[in-house]
Amino acid sequence: MSEYRSLIEAACPGAVVDEFEGPGDELTIEIARDRIAEVGRFLKGEPCSFKLLSDVTCADFPAGDGRGNRFRMAYHLFSVETGDRLRLRVWADAETPEVPSVTPVWATANWHEREVWDMFGVRFADHPDLSRILMPFDWEGHPLRRDYPLGGEDVWFSDAV
Amino acid sequence: MGTERIDIFTAEAREAREAAAREGRELAETERIVAGAEAGTPQEALARTREGEEIAAKALPGARDPMIINLGPQHPSTHGVLRLVTQLDGEIVRDVHPVIGYLHTGIEKQCENKTYWQAITLVTRMDYLSPFFNIHAYTQSVEKLLDLEVPERAKWLRVMISELNRITSHLVWLGTSGLELGAITVFFYTYRERDRALDLFEMISGERMNNRYFQVGGCADDVPPGFLGLLKRFVDEMPSRIDEYEGMLAGNPIWIERTRGVGVLPAEQLIDLGITGPALRAAGVDLDLRKARPYSGYEHFDFTVPVGNNGDAYDRFLIRLREMRESTRIIQQCLDGLPEGPHIADDRKVVLPPRPELATSMEALIHHFKLVTEGFRVPEGEAYSAVESPRGEIGCYVVADGGPKPVRVHMRDASFVNLQALRPMAKNAYLADLIAMIGSLDNVMGGVDR
Repeated sequence: MSEYRSLIEAACPGAVVDEFEGPGDELTIEIARDRIAEVGRFLKGEPCSFKLLSDVTCADFPAGDGRGNRFRMAYHLFSVETGDRLRLRVWADAETPEVPSVTPVWATANWHEREVWDMFGVRFADHPDLSRILMPFDWEGHPLRRDYPLGGEDVWFSDAV
Repeated sequence: MGTERIDIFTAEAREAREAAAREGRELAETERIVAGAEAGTPQEALARTREGEEIAAKALPGARDPMIINLGPQHPSTHGVLRLVTQLDGEIVRDVHPVIGYLHTGIEKQCENKTYWQAITLVTRMDYLSPFFNIHAYTQSVEKLLDLEVPERAKWLRVMISELNRITSHLVWLGTSGLELGAITVFFYTYRERDRALDLFEMISGERMNNRYFQVGGCADDVPPGFLGLLKRFVDEMPSRIDEYEGMLAGNPIWIERTRGVGVLPAEQLIDLGITGPALRAAGVDLDLRKARPYSGYEHFDFTVPVGNNGDAYDRFLIRLREMRESTRIIQQCLDGLPEGPHIADDRKVVLPPRPELATSMEALIHHFKLVTEGFRVPEGEAYSAVESPRGEIGCYVVADGGPKPVRVHMRDASFVNLQALRPMAKNAYLADLIAMIGSLDNVMGGVDR
């Protein structure tokens, strides 16, 4: 059991679901969905001091994880003091994917979470500004879902070709 | 802006409202701002102006209804297609909402439908001023998943070319941000050197931009004959050229007026906003991934990380200049100690066999055919690896399922994250300083929108 896992378990009992090691020196800790903001707040402070949230992103697994979940969120944390990295994993369910927002913890998550909402349709509870960011506001569907059709967009001005 | 104002029928207002109605929710902040940013007809615009003037005549300065001005997306000084919905009170920016996505090309989606080696071509085109850094982050992630060791010479070549790329990227930044603030001459000077560096890129990779030189396992080819000599001449001359830029700007009273004290945020807030690269180091935080988490053999090189103390646009300018000097030092060390050996790993399941072998070896031909038609398979897993690009941390997150195509490729682009600092930075600053701030953050919209 990694050091960070035991620290999280001591501070937020019951929040850790599982942990995975590798490839390389990468460490992934899976967190219960409803506890992610709480765990984030703990990790940002002492003693872990993961003050920099490098990245928030998502991957779509249409087959799911066997528990009715489909979207796998990944939070990449970086500690400015020690140079350590840590990945948090949270699963969101297939029908109405919603995860607590970590924007109140790390301000940088704002646009990352908007991108995940735009591209995957995962909603974030308590997000201050959950609007589409890369696609137009009236775009239908979420393009990075694996079942989103390729070539689904009309090509304009093709009559001269 | 009160909510009653958005009842103006514009295309975007309608789109935003329809989308919100379809999803059964209220308008989000950005949707409300963008929907309210445009008057539907000239009459409406005029009415709003008159109304605003009446309010302004009665009110004290600072208490006026803000005027909404759209900067961009087509605007010469926003570095590409960046749209800023600004709320102006005279010359003061009360609030600014960056609206992005105008350059979105779906690169991450396309990567999922290409084999691992084909996707390299796509990721170079994200942050088009630092193509080598994009590929470096991507290939490192894939190599991590494959557990593939990169030969020493390939690592050194990667460092050498990356640092040359850092110089070209900073040269573009220096030239264009000079243009934005009215210093035209420096642009001609920086592009003179940049062109020579692009000639070197062309020699080594065949392309002047969007170079596809790094491969999974190493570099596409060894350096061509004569390349190292020309590179040496370039880095020998470069310090005196940087002296020229510094001489033109560092003591220039207009440049100092325009950049000193502009765009300052406390270091704590910058870290909270995820800012990395020169923008963070200017505020006094010594964070450089080449030192914090050395990759590709950076621990063997002797260089310093310039750190500022004021965190303003002027410090960012000085830091980028000093970074160019450090880059020339690193390239010099690469030239002095470039190890002998292969330029790419010798793993026939991943790396293309050497060209001459195809004529003599049946096995090499089969491997070549399999790699080109099907691609190599990457074991199931996920990996994130990051490099220090000219703009900060470029990270690449790759999810593999054991097949020849990635399930997910996500780029954490430094420009995308750094752009978030613009809103808190520009609040209650002058409109003219907003342009200096955009310049000093050095966003590349290809990287922001991907």
